[in-house]
Amino acid sequence: MATNSTSAPAAKGVADTERRRPRLSPDTVSGYGFLAPFLIVYLVFLVYPLFRGFYLSLHQWDLLAGPLGWTGLQNYQDLLTDPTFWTALGNTFYFVVLTVPLTTVLALVLALALSKPTRTNAVFRAIFFSSSIVSVTVVTLIWQMVLSPSRGILAQALGTVGIPPLDWLNDQHLAMLALVIATVWWSLGLPLMLFSAGLQQIPGDIYEAARLDNASGWRTFRYITWPALHRTTVLVVLIEIILHFQVFGQPFLMTKGGPAGSTRSLVQYIYESGFRDWHLGYASTGAMVLFVVMLIASLAQLHFSRKED
Amino acid sequence: MTDLKLQRVIKRYGDDQVVHGVDLDIREREFVVFVGPSGCGKSTLLRMIAGLESISDGDVHIGDTRVNDVPPGQRGVSMVFQNYALYPHMTVRENMSFGLRNIGTPENEIRQRVDEAAAILRIEPLLERRPRDMSGGQRQRVAIGRAIVRQPKVFLFDEPLSNLDAKLRVQMRIELARLHRQLEATMIYVTHDQVEAMTLADRMVVLRDGRIEQAGAPVDLYESPCNQFVAGFLGSPSMNFLPASVTDHDGNGVWVDLAAGGRLHVPRDASRVSRGDSVTVGLRPELVSPADDGVLSGSLDVVEHLGDQTLLYVRLGDDSTVIARDEGSSTHAAGDTVRLAFSDDACHLFDGDGRACPRLPHAAATA
Repeated sequence: MATNSTSAPAAKGVADTERRRPRLSPDTVSGYGFLAPFLIVYLVFLVYPLFRGFYLSLHQWDLLAGPLGWTGLQNYQDLLTDPTFWTALGNTFYFVVLTVPLTTVLALVLALALSKPTRTNAVFRAIFFSSSIVSVTVVTLIWQMVLSPSRGILAQALGTVGIPPLDWLNDQHLAMLALVIATVWWSLGLPLMLFSAGLQQIPGDIYEAARLDNASGWRTFRYITWPALHRTTVLVVLIEIILHFQVFGQPFLMTKGGPAGSTRSLVQYIYESGFRDWHLGYASTGAMVLFVVMLIASLAQLHFSRKED
Repeated sequence: MTDLKLQRVIKRYGDDQVVHGVDLDIREREFVVFVGPSGCGKSTLLRMIAGLESISDGDVHIGDTRVNDVPPGQRGVSMVFQNYALYPHMTVRENMSFGLRNIGTPENEIRQRVDEAAAILRIEPLLERRPRDMSGGQRQRVAIGRAIVRQPKVFLFDEPLSNLDAKLRVQMRIELARLHRQLEATMIYVTHDQVEAMTLADRMVVLRDGRIEQAGAPVDLYESPCNQFVAGFLGSPSMNFLPASVTDHDGNGVWVDLAAGGRLHVPRDASRVSRGDSVTVGLRPELVSPADDGVLSGSLDVVEHLGDQTLLYVRLGDDSTVIARDEGSSTHAAGDTVRLAFSDDACHLFDGDGRACPRLPHAAATA
């Protein structure tokens, strides 16, 4: 009897601590179950390649022959002293600096213009979005035709006002601009949709209050619409930065990186190192640098937008 | 003097007409409440006065100006919205200043007017906060403050209390009444809550399907509704309606047979009805009470004890239900058979079209 009475509270204490300790409850198990498909894909296709890429970048590694030995930071040193790399990095920056603001502003202006819920506006939004679903191959084909100095619609249009045809894709100064124009046209859809969605989130009665408050169109935009779209803008710019730092298809298909390397992007440089020159380790080094550049750019954007908030 | 005139005001959406020629004069400093069920056009009418909805036909005058084509901001009206409609990215002070800044008011005057309005509404401690950091009641005060600083000729309220909880609603209602006295401003208030309408209004305008059913002082509307709709809309619980048929006239009113059984004398001017006509007798629940010699008899369906009073839901012979009021300590229980009594004077009479038969002049005099 005496042992019974002493062991009972002790057992209760054990049960209590067990209950307090986080354990694999059925909820936790099913929670991880639901997460598993994403986590597996994320780990196998994103996290593992990232570390694998870093590992490769520390080796001399041939595409066919495989590892040829540890080289430490030699690849990085080679990369940072290669003028072609710096040109490609500069080109990529130039492309991003032109494309991101242009796409963002244009998408915002279009979203504002098409914000009234009419059928015509819905049709226009669909039209503007439709370019996004076209593959890069088709986009470049379309723009090669549009920009062609002999048959292109642009040359013909400019010709009617007496401007001689420009050889966009073969001009060192114009080629990048041509790529930017094609890219903005291609990638406008998603930001337009995001801004349209953002605009729809703003309650209509706030605009009515502003009308009663005598707010002009500009002041309404400046003090009501723009602050309300802040988060959307941050998202749009972030997506655009990440997307456009990886530009490859447009220059590769339209200009092959020329003329004179003036449109060679960082991803093309990486591609050429890996799949033309078979230097997989060196290509991985370029990819690592691109990753760091994009990370810094994204963090900077987030940092400034938080400050503004 | 700023009075507000609506003349044959019509609103159409495409082929769909939702406001059918409303005529109304609102005097300066009057507190007018538009009340009616959902979809009756009361908010639309208010928004037409504000300029947020175009006027399809007819005229709106504020003071001496026809404002049909005047933009909302220049009509001299302020509006308080149901969802407050505060600018989310501005502080309270900025919210209240925005309208004044837009018209180039000097900063020191803005500051002074905002401070004054904040004092009236006791929201000084909130001035540097943002809307998201405030409760619903505080937001509504700010919204009212934003309306006050513009010193409008007319205040418009679009169901401003409907998002607040019951207790806060009562509190804000009292405050709005105080504010009206203090500002001596013309106010137009839209609500579907008849208690708000009854307590706040100098004059109530009951709307149905885009038409004014009746306008007048709350007590007049309550005691002398012009038709069955107004009678049923005002009062909680609402008026009992008993189908009946006319059996006889005399100089003092009309005799009717109730469908539920029983014969009544109703002292109303029944010149519009004749023998055999179907009519409806209306009885306010608070004027019907259980009594052994009552005219009506039925079985008690539901008993609601409200503390100070008890509501009895009595099912009559023709399966209609009559609500009666008993004292708080009522001992009646569901299933009991009860008889209900009321005075002849308590009876309203509505003809076959639902129009009220007026009180007889001498009956009104003796009442």
